[in-house]
Amino acid sequence: MSSTTNTVPVKHKSISYAKWGYFFIAPFFVVYVACSLIPLFSTFYNAFFENYIDGLTQVGPNFVGFENFVTLFTPRPDGRLEIINYTGNTMIMWIMGAVPQIIFALLLAVIFTSDRMKIKGQPFFKTVIYMPNIIMAAAFAMLFFTLFSRVGPVNQMIQANGGEVFDFFNNKWSARGIIAFINFLMWFGNTTILLMAGIMGIDQSLFEAAAIDGAKSSQVFFKITIPLLMPIIIYVVITALIGGLQMFDVPQIISSGSGAPNNTTKTLVMSLNAYINGASKNYGMAGVISIYLFIITGVLSFIVFKFTEPKKGGKK
Amino acid sequence: MAGGKMDYFDKSNKASLTVSRVLSYIFLIFVTILSLFSFYLLIINATRSHAQMATGFELLPKENFINNFITVWNDRNLYFIPQGMLNSFIVAACTCILTTYFSAMTAYGICVYDFRAKKAVHKFIILVMMIPTQVSALGFINIVNNLNLTNTYWPLIIPGIAAPATYFYMKQYIDSTLPLEIVEAARVDGSNEFRTFNSICLPILKPAIAVQMIFAFVASWNNFFTPALVLDKKEMLTLPIMLSIVRSNLNSRTGDYGEVYMIIFLSIVPVVIVYLFLSKFIIGGVTLGSVKG
Repeated sequence: MSSTTNTVPVKHKSISYAKWGYFFIAPFFVVYVACSLIPLFSTFYNAFFENYIDGLTQVGPNFVGFENFVTLFTPRPDGRLEIINYTGNTMIMWIMGAVPQIIFALLLAVIFTSDRMKIKGQPFFKTVIYMPNIIMAAAFAMLFFTLFSRVGPVNQMIQANGGEVFDFFNNKWSARGIIAFINFLMWFGNTTILLMAGIMGIDQSLFEAAAIDGAKSSQVFFKITIPLLMPIIIYVVITALIGGLQMFDVPQIISSGSGAPNNTTKTLVMSLNAYINGASKNYGMAGVISIYLFIITGVLSFIVFKFTEPKKGGKK
Repeated sequence: MAGGKMDYFDKSNKASLTVSRVLSYIFLIFVTILSLFSFYLLIINATRSHAQMATGFELLPKENFINNFITVWNDRNLYFIPQGMLNSFIVAACTCILTTYFSAMTAYGICVYDFRAKKAVHKFIILVMMIPTQVSALGFINIVNNLNLTNTYWPLIIPGIAAPATYFYMKQYIDSTLPLEIVEAARVDGSNEFRTFNSICLPILKPAIAVQMIFAFVASWNNFFTPALVLDKKEMLTLPIMLSIVRSNLNSRTGDYGEVYMIIFLSIVPVVIVYLFLSKFIIGGVTLGSVKG
């Protein structure tokens, strides 16, 4: 297979091979443009058209300018402003899960990386806490739905202790709480691993110096670990927020797409999904919500960028 | 360094060390229970019949695991779980192969060749890494509809070729492990550029490819949003969609909960088994892919 080239041109070595780079990146780009970039613009384009099914009649597509944007920010007849409602739900459920997620992850990361404590069995604990992250979110949601349903084991326990059956999915705070708890459970292990990497990147001599000076563990934690971890904490929080904005699988399965009770667990992506896949096929509104999500994500990503730009002289 | 360090601590420090150690283990045991308890309940409940579950809550397994399994395995009414598992496997396997191969290829192209657009291309991929797939879903589904690709797996598999996050991981791995001299040497030996990549460089990237294959497989196996938009034919459904049907079914009537738990069990067990064998590499892969420096 290699008999033709015995002599290799020595000069312009890098230049003569440079064009090969385009061949190597071509499949990625062709597919990216076809499956993501064109769909992205076409989604945005859809936002400017009236295009939905009303009963049996297809309305549009008619160009309506920014009318869909106005609709998005106009309260419905029942006084509910959908976009605020869904953004609020998404954010509330995200915060309810993310706060314990970050706290647990910080504690665990400090415990695992502590030179003083030398915790045994780390591979086991790490395996266990990371496991929920690889589990199908839909299955997780289904599991919690059955566990907390009116006839599930949780209600059986309540009844066994003489309590009344509690409909967890008919109360907005318990429904949101369960969704947030699943998100917390799925992500705290992942966050722990990320924060550990951050802590291990901190110059160990700082901890030693603190120990020599007789600093308490709590002082080391609040005066050294936290401040030096701040960039990575911010990175973790914002990427978690970007993920949180996409919250879909868990609330979709738990409420079977309805956002029950009374639209209090309906997230932005659930409403996007309903507009694309629901009976109304309201592509105009789906387009507007996509733009809305895109802008928020874009702003957040920009902040992440600012925090992760390579710094001079940083440790590997 | 540990030996000398201990000298700095006086007695009270040693006592506080013991206290923090004990507290740490208590906390670790707590999070272990937290992480495993729901799975424990899942397994226990998958071994109980619907009637047994109605009698109350128990912490020990019963004998109906096989029964539940047989019921689920033969239920072709609204969904056929074995088919769902096979479908999910086909989609996930194809996606993970395409994702890792082409991400490695793209990263190799950026790392090895000095073409003019190189920097811009890398920046572009990093820039689009954060864009959620949901944001372009509407346009994507329109294209899928126009090309008559609904209820096929192409719309789920092909986009895997362009996976910015996997590219990013591969790029970092190649930068740190692949000596460019090998590429040069292969050229001197007359190897064609693609051959160099496929038979010389790809084997060197094996560890990174293995890790990313697992991540891509799991992500695809668990994916719900896009498949739910593309698939609605009974025999094409993947597991997450079947789960959503199981769920909406529970709205109208009280289903057989033994069956429901078994379906959940079957949807997660393949991934859990793989994970238990490879968790070390998976956890190691988490940090490499995300922390930039």
